[in-house]
Amino acid sequence: MTEPILDIRGISKSFGALRASNNINIDLRAGEIHALIGPNGAGKSTLIKQIAGGLRPDTGSVHFDGQDITALSTAARARLGMGRTFQISSLAMEYTVLQNAVLGALGHRGDVFRFFRPVMKDAGLLATARASLEQVGLEEFHDARVSELSHGQRRQLEVAVALTLSPKVFLMDEPMAGLGAEGSHRLMGFLDQLRHKAPILLVEHDMDAVFTLADRISVLVYGGIIATGPVEDIRGNPIVQSAYLGEETAA
Amino acid sequence: MSLILFIEQALNGLQYGVMLFLMAAGLTLVFGVMGLINLAHGSLYMIGAFAAAAVAGATGSFLLALVASLVCAAFAGVLVEFFVIRRLYDRDHLDQVLATFALILIFSEGTRWIFGSFPLFLDKPDWLSGTVMLPFGIEYSLYRLWIILVGLLVAAGLFWMIGRTRIGIRIRAGENDREMIAALGVNISLLYTFVFALGAALAGLAGALIGAIQSVQVGMGEPVLILAFVVIVIGGIGSIKGALVGAILVGLTDTLGRSFLPSFFGLFLEPSSAMSIGASLSSMSIYLLMIGVLLFRPKGLFGGI
Amino acid sequence: MRKEFFLNAALLGVLLAFPLWAWSVDEPYLITLATRAIVFAIAGIGLNFALGFGGLVSLGHAAFFGLGGYVMGVLAFHAQTYTPVMGWPLVINGTKSMPTIWLIAIALSALLAVGIGALSLRTSGVYFIMITLAFAQMLYYFTISWPTYGGEDGLSIYVRNGFPGLNTMDPIQFFAICYAILLIVLAFVFAASRSPFGLALGASRQNEERIQAVGQVPFRLYLTAFAISGAITGLAGALFADLNRFISPTMFSWQTSGEIMIFVILGGVGRVFGPVAGAVLFILLEHTLGGLSEFWHIYLGAILLGVVLFARGGLYGMVAGREVAHD
Repeated sequence: MTEPILDIRGISKSFGALRASNNINIDLRAGEIHALIGPNGAGKSTLIKQIAGGLRPDTGSVHFDGQDITALSTAARARLGMGRTFQISSLAMEYTVLQNAVLGALGHRGDVFRFFRPVMKDAGLLATARASLEQVGLEEFHDARVSELSHGQRRQLEVAVALTLSPKVFLMDEPMAGLGAEGSHRLMGFLDQLRHKAPILLVEHDMDAVFTLADRISVLVYGGIIATGPVEDIRGNPIVQSAYLGEETAA
Repeated sequence: MSLILFIEQALNGLQYGVMLFLMAAGLTLVFGVMGLINLAHGSLYMIGAFAAAAVAGATGSFLLALVASLVCAAFAGVLVEFFVIRRLYDRDHLDQVLATFALILIFSEGTRWIFGSFPLFLDKPDWLSGTVMLPFGIEYSLYRLWIILVGLLVAAGLFWMIGRTRIGIRIRAGENDREMIAALGVNISLLYTFVFALGAALAGLAGALIGAIQSVQVGMGEPVLILAFVVIVIGGIGSIKGALVGAILVGLTDTLGRSFLPSFFGLFLEPSSAMSIGASLSSMSIYLLMIGVLLFRPKGLFGGI
Repeated sequence: MRKEFFLNAALLGVLLAFPLWAWSVDEPYLITLATRAIVFAIAGIGLNFALGFGGLVSLGHAAFFGLGGYVMGVLAFHAQTYTPVMGWPLVINGTKSMPTIWLIAIALSALLAVGIGALSLRTSGVYFIMITLAFAQMLYYFTISWPTYGGEDGLSIYVRNGFPGLNTMDPIQFFAICYAILLIVLAFVFAASRSPFGLALGASRQNEERIQAVGQVPFRLYLTAFAISGAITGLAGALFADLNRFISPTMFSWQTSGEIMIFVILGGVGRVFGPVAGAVLFILLEHTLGGLSEFWHIYLGAILLGVVLFARGGLYGMVAGREVAHD
């Protein structure tokens, strides 16, 4: 068994009386897609925020690449190699597709405090940015402003920007949401390959995608993980079915 | 003697604070309910003062003057809200700052046009002039004492209105969730106009009450406006309770600093530099207070609840 | 993009041609008017760096404008009275040399901006607007109650400071200095807007979550932008003081902050040349409306209101389209 790259150890977070995360343990190992599923309001977003930064757990710790990163900022975690995509597209809306990708490459390279050279003529950054856009199939839209993109294209751009960071892990919050059948299918094919570059912690509602892609699945209900395991175990797990899958398939 | 002086200055600070509260209450309500920064609030204060001075000059009645200040400022508030302010609710703060800055220019120059550049005077009525004896042999201005009481009464009324009446419930609902009150069938634009007019009337009243102590002139509103902003920032924007606490804190800090800091520095510095350091520190003191509060509570004392 | 380029070129052309014409027909007053527009433009460019590029709505830029002015006033005052600015722990003498004054104004304004920014940037939204205003008000009251340099009455500097090889008292030569500085500042801001820093700062303004997700800290970007912004506005303050040969606490007043903001808005927020257009427009309005009526601020207010309500994006927004152009 390989050492996990990302290891969440017993984190809890409360908002007043509400326990949004309840002693959660979850890890991510090289080469895998670990899917996190659960009904709405189970605390998935809260958990992702504690892993990616921006929300400090009350107790427990987050370890990444052998280092305790619980106290680090979002930016510091990103620099260590966490590539994140957001549930609601979070891009620089006034910029073009290419500018957003260059921004990722620039952020990763780190030399932001330069005032004189035109950034959009920097060959190194452009190469990284264009390669990422090509991987997600957005290269022909490089000149389009993000505000003009379709919802699905924005999701693709989110992934492309994460790619420019050459991350060690990906945290993806519902990347398929609103993509449509064809788009989902393409992205699934892409993620399937991507896991060999860096493992993916995937929060996803689309059960077909989850059961097709995931190596392991964790089920989050009412802030706690009720089951973790390989796809087949989860599919057949009676607790999971009654707590979650049952409702979902019945609905 | 020093204790008496202290109490007297503390009362002055309280009086100043109560007047600042009248200004700050409208600002903080308008921000809390409509999310609007209104720099022209000082103009409504000025309008109240001018209306009072004009009516007192014409009729000789101080009470009529106060009524005029309330009515004129509220009316100006309704007009401004209808023609300008309601277009700004959905805009960002920058647009709001600029548009209301433009209103200041228009109001100030308009008032100068009508009344000229010379200050007007609003006299206290006879029944409020003179002094009263307070316990410990403190002789204090009757008028100042009276406006402390008026201000506290208005504050109490405001708390009652917001806490206990239907309109108050709507105002509080508006602070929390705009869509919900629309769903409840409340006429939002009427509610907004009402809140704005209420704030304007309070500012106008403050202008009239202060106008009888200081002179009534163009530009009188802006220094008070800035202090009122300091007040609501200290108190936490949107919080009426914060506005009251902040107003009294600022009033006391300003008044006490002004009277005691120079003599405090006189204890260990030569008189001339003590005077200048004391004077500059006391005029800076409320801003230092505000910065101090914001460093520890970036959303003010009662903000973010 | 084309249109914007032509508007830029036309602006710079008119700003150069007009005073040259005024010089040829011997109208020094008009040259001074153009110089004023340029100095205001530089102040606006400074604010625009924080406001337009970084989205930092500072209502306290008078702090830097005033500091720049007082740097000039204090150094020149000590030079003209032959007294040291400071005798201990090290002796600092006054100076009448413009370049020295500029450098000190830039450095101190940047330093002040780092201080104000570091504290103010802990807050956001209205709180940021108000805390920046509060810092400027503090300095305003400080200069009013500090008697050494004239207190409320301000301080006159009888002879304009010197620049090697030029007669600065000649309006057209002083104009030339200011025009050259404007060009340098514009060139810097133009480069910075297209630089890595500009890209990251703009992204931070649009979406802080995004910039953090690519590993950068918004606070550092904002603070740097605020420091640069303050430095440029401070330089404008030093020039303004030299233009008038007079400083007073008014330079620190909140109306000054408001006016600097007007330059930015009239021209167009976030455009490199926006504040230049805004300052020229402001001076034009002041000159023409001021000639029509003593109460020209009413009209200025009405125009500003119209721009905010109906012509968002200012002059550049109307001519070159709403969207900010990037390449």
